[in-house]
Amino acid sequence: MIDLIILGVIVLIIVIVLLWIITTYNAFIQIEKQVQNSWAQIDVQLKRQADLIPNLVETVKGYAKFEKKVLTDVTKARTAIMSAKTPAQAARGENMLSGALKSIFAVAESYPRLQASENFKALQEELSSTANKVAFARQFYNDMVMKWNTLILQFPSNVLANMFGKNKEKESFEASASERKNTKVDFSDLS
Amino acid sequence: MDFYSQIARNKRMTYILFLLFFILIGFLAYVVSFIIDWYFGAGFIFFYSIFGVLTSIFAITSYYSSDKIVTSISKAKEAPASKFKQLHNIVEELCIASGLPKPKIFVINDTAINAFATGRNPEHAVVCVTVGCLTRLSRAQLQGVIAHELSHIKSYDVRTMTIATVLVGMAVLLSDMMFRMFFFGSLGRSNSRDSGGIMIAMIGISILLAILTPIIAKMITFTISRKREFSADATAIQLTRNPEGLATALEVIEKDTEKLEAANKATAHLYISNPLRGQKLLMKSLFSTHPPIKDRVRAIRGH
Repeated sequence: MIDLIILGVIVLIIVIVLLWIITTYNAFIQIEKQVQNSWAQIDVQLKRQADLIPNLVETVKGYAKFEKKVLTDVTKARTAIMSAKTPAQAARGENMLSGALKSIFAVAESYPRLQASENFKALQEELSSTANKVAFARQFYNDMVMKWNTLILQFPSNVLANMFGKNKEKESFEASASERKNTKVDFSDLS
Repeated sequence: MDFYSQIARNKRMTYILFLLFFILIGFLAYVVSFIIDWYFGAGFIFFYSIFGVLTSIFAITSYYSSDKIVTSISKAKEAPASKFKQLHNIVEELCIASGLPKPKIFVINDTAINAFATGRNPEHAVVCVTVGCLTRLSRAQLQGVIAHELSHIKSYDVRTMTIATVLVGMAVLLSDMMFRMFFFGSLGRSNSRDSGGIMIAMIGISILLAILTPIIAKMITFTISRKREFSADATAIQLTRNPEGLATALEVIEKDTEKLEAANKATAHLYISNPLRGQKLLMKSLFSTHPPIKDRVRAIRGH
């Protein structure tokens, strides 16, 4: 009788441990997938934003005069984004891009006829929306990265993380503090 | 409360609602069939099974087409992306922020400011706003309102709220029918083969039920919707990271005195703010579908 109880307890413990391993492993896979997807989302939105800018420049050109530097800045930012491999590189590209945007809008400010044009208004809406999408994608990505890092560092899931080779910390999409200060673009007045 | 337990609670709530609904309808149908049986002298099992089949069909279709039922009651039309670019953009932005699939977007042609979400799950969800929302709110305010609606979708509030709407509507309809039948059935019919005692008791019960059913049904929806508004506000801010957008939007909505024509008592609890204005009931706090906007704004601003 005693033997049976001991056997039962051992079986129960094994079942619980197995269930824990399965659910934790599935959590690894699921979160990793989410991190990948949200990274892809940032990438898509950043490229969209970069593609919108030449369009904006074309529209604005008819009304306002630009320095050559604005255009070269945009091109540079685009190449930086297109070739970015890590979140830090992409963040740098995004900062350059929003810097270029800022100077375009600064120029546009002094042309009321441009501000009134339907085409420009539509572009403004597109740009502020894409900027929001980038910001939200980044927010979601960073949340997922935090979830991942917590899971693989926290006991006891870190034991399984090491066992399955899922122990690599992921990098969040973060501009450095000084960069963030320089390139703050306020989109709230755009709409 | 954390998000996953909120979702679990909502799914549980749907089962409870269906169960309550079936018990209530089962009881109503029993009494109705009993009276019909007495009136015609036969047919209890026949009528009871008809009720059973009809109710089951109704419950299943209401589950799978709840979004269509609610949008058509509310006279909402699907909003094409070409015409409502900014609205589509805002929804897309917040879907990225929340990780939700993009819901269908509907618009109600009314200048009152209001919005609701419906559907059985995030994959079959609908967000609906009035034209007033689009013309009288700023972009940041509209973003706050949409974020509030997406929070209802993410937490599966929409499922519970939509199912409650449709089931309560059905229960109210049935008790209404019973009330009428009772009047037509009892007048001019003084004798029957049944003994009078049981019949009088049955008629008493049926009157009581006809009065109580809509009240019970309403009470269910009240308890559902009020707490949810606060948690949806909280999640909305977590998404937009801009409390002022939603707070000022709610303030604009509070000052708005316009009544939303397409809303009725059955759908009122779905909306972001009570669409039936100027209804000062005696037991206002007990019977209001929404917490006071002032309380919500205070909670959002955190003081």
